[in-house]
Order: sequence, then C-alpha cells, then structure tokens
Amino acid sequence: MNKILFSAVSKKFVMALAGLFLLLFLPVHLGINLMLLRSDPEPFNTAAHFMATFPLVKVVEILLILAIMTHITYGLIIQVHNWLSRPVRYAVRNKSDTSAFSRFMIWTGGSVLIFLVIHFFNFYFIKLGIVEGDPENFYAIAYQLFAVRGYAILYWVCFLILGFHLYHALQSAFQTLGWSNEFWKPVIRVISLIYSIVIPMGFAIIPLIIRFFK
Amino acid sequence: MKLKLKIWKQGDAHSRGSFVTYDLDGVAPEMSFIEMLTYLNETLIGKGEEPVTFEHDCHEGICGSCGMYINGYPHGPVKGLTTCLLSMRNFKDGETIVIEPWRAKPFPVIKDLMVDRNALDKIQQAGGFISVTTGAAPEANTIPVNKKNSDLAFDASVCIGCGACVAACKNASAMLFVSAKISQYALLPQGRPEGKERVRAMIAEMDRQGFGSCSNTGACEAQCPKQIKLFNIARLNREYYKAF
Repeated sequence: MNKILFSAVSKKFVMALAGLFLLLFLPVHLGINLMLLRSDPEPFNTAAHFMATFPLVKVVEILLILAIMTHITYGLIIQVHNWLSRPVRYAVRNKSDTSAFSRFMIWTGGSVLIFLVIHFFNFYFIKLGIVEGDPENFYAIAYQLFAVRGYAILYWVCFLILGFHLYHALQSAFQTLGWSNEFWKPVIRVISLIYSIVIPMGFAIIPLIIRFFK
Repeated sequence: MKLKLKIWKQGDAHSRGSFVTYDLDGVAPEMSFIEMLTYLNETLIGKGEEPVTFEHDCHEGICGSCGMYINGYPHGPVKGLTTCLLSMRNFKDGETIVIEPWRAKPFPVIKDLMVDRNALDKIQQAGGFISVTTGAAPEANTIPVNKKNSDLAFDASVCIGCGACVAACKNASAMLFVSAKISQYALLPQGRPEGKERVRAMIAEMDRQGFGSCSNTGACEAQCPKQIKLFNIARLNREYYKAF
C-alpha cells in the first residue's frame, strides 16, 4: 500500500490536486481584494467578515490550509528525493531546451511561501487573535501596508514570482493528472499563460493603483 | 581539425574520478563523434597511455549504447541524434569539448564514460512485455487496430533505452523511458489484458531503482534521440490511475 501511496506518480498526483485546489481559491481572493480599489471600506470589510465567519467558508478554509501543507510537504519530499537521484552533478550546466519557469519551481514556490507567512502575520493571524490588530478593518490594514514602499515592492515582486510559478504549475498539473495529449497541450499552455498573467497581475496592480492614483 | 578534449576518467563506481585534458590534432569533419574518440584512443595507445573507455555498438542509432554527455547535452548538441550519428562538422576547429558520463544514482559508472544502465532493463523486465502462447504465428490482421493508435504505438516503440532522458532530466527521472514502454502496449489490443499489472510493476521497479520524479520540464523530450513525446508521460499517468 505504501508503494502505491508514495510512488513517484502518486506523490505528484497528490501535489497536483492540492495545487489545483489552491488555484481555484486565488480568483475568489482576487475578487475580494479588488474591492480595496473602492473608496468606501464597507464592501471589502463586509466580504472579509463574511469569509471569516460563514460556516461553509470555515470548512473551505480548513481544506485550504490542508492543501497548502500537503502541497509544501509533498513538494519538499519530491525535491529532496530528486536531488538524491543525482548525487554527482555535471561539470557543464545542462543546456537542454526547457522552459526556465519549469526549472526553478522549488525556488519560486519557496519565495511564495515566504510571502504567505508574511501575509498570514499581517491578516490571518489577526483574525485568529494570535497577532494584535482589528479584524473588522482589514481595509485600513491593507492601506497602511501598501503605504510602506518596501512592502509594496515586496508584494509586487512576490506576485511576479507567483506568476512564474503558476505558468508551469498549471501545465504540469494537467500533465500529471493525465489530462494532456498532442491536441490539448497547446490549449493548456494558453490557458496557463492567461491564468498566470491575469490572476497575479490582478493582485499586483492593486498597490500600484492605491499608491499612484488614489 | 584540432580539438581540446576534457574527458571524465574514473576507474570504477567506487573510485574518485577527474577530468583529463587531451589535445587532439588531425580530426576530420567527416568523422562521427565515436570515430573521433576511437582515433583519440589509437593515438593514446600509440603513445603507451591508457585509452578512454566508452560504449558503442551499432553506429546507426538503434542500439542506444553510445550515450555520453557532451558540452552540456546528452548525445551532443544536435537534436534527434545519438552520439554515434553525431558528426564532427557540428564542432569548430580549436573548440574545447567536455565529455562526461550519464550522471544518475541508478547509473553507476563502470569506467570513464561507460555507465551501467541495467536499471532500465530491470524496469522493462518487471512488465514491459506481453504473455503469448507459443505456436504458429497468428494472422497479423485478425485483430483490428486503428491507424492513429498504431502510429502512436510505433512512435513510442522506437525508444532505444539509451538513458538520455534520465541524463537530461534535472531529477534523473526515467518517466519518458517508462512512458514509451507503457504506451507501446497500452495503445494496442494485445497489450490491454496485462495493462494494469504492467504499469503497477514498472512504476514500482522504477522507484526501487532510485530514479527521480517527473517535473514536466521537457528536457527528456528535447534530448531524446528518438524524439519520444512528453504526452506519453500523461498517458502513463492515466494508465497508472486506472490500474487501481
């Protein structure tokens, strides 16, 4: 049974499913974040309050935490195993024709994780009562953070890196789940490209608009 | 042509290896890469030095034995070719060529550029076959096969098991090799009866041999001398999930 659950293919399957679940959540999060562009803080704070209190969302929240932990844990296990599979490295760097986005997934993923930890401290842990702050006014907290130039730059860079991660992640998930063939491969590539530009740039544009146009 | 060759020299899997540099003059552009190395060895033997060990056999790109990592490319910089079919025309006069053996935990170095690729054979032996009763050969057209599947199965079956996919992959994964072996049977009616057992057994053996996982980077497809396509790996994944 262990051989089935932890085979090279099964581990990637679990990681892909967890990753796709996270990808479904991002547009919902973006939809709420776009309310930050309104001058009235009420709609954003109401949406944030709904996300923090509605019972069904609480269930989804637990699933999301599980998906994040599964994706990270399996990603690290797979990566360590992959490094061990080539104990002696080549003297000349591999020049095979591959996408740069696909070669640095562990590093782009790690960068996104660092941002996620910062993000949790800034918002999620306030909601849980671990960190001090007003959970009913995330609108004001977001505006205070975006007013800090360093945070705005970090936010922007992290979403650029997230875009790189997602471009390969989406294609890779389809391939891992077996939903790719000669016909669908270019279609999946276009869908991945659109998703990895629209969603991260949707997030990244918010601090730019707040800083320069509001 | 005059070349500077930096070649990996190693006594066996347990000894430490290092690069040795050879200056080689008189290489003809018409030579294949294997002929160039043979010419180097003749020169070394003539001087009383130890020749470089490397594997080669058919010289027509079908035996898969001549794999080596040349200037950062498995089988060299030309796509769709094995090392034995790689011409010295693809290199410049005075160029430095760095030659390394395949690097992967399941491919221990036997000597110099020659590695033990038995791990691939073990995967094949685990399930890469069909069981048939012996006797008179049946009529070939008794079982209908549609043209598309026939072509796809043939394209997968041209894998020569050279190990370039493993050598190119940043994870030393053998998924392209296994996917080709799975696909050539999965696409044909003769392969279906043992399909589930086959994919389970071959993946289990692949893991036992210590190959890495697939990151879908496509380096294997880019470097495969037989140009096996990446979507065979998607088919392998489908076959694996269906087997439970």
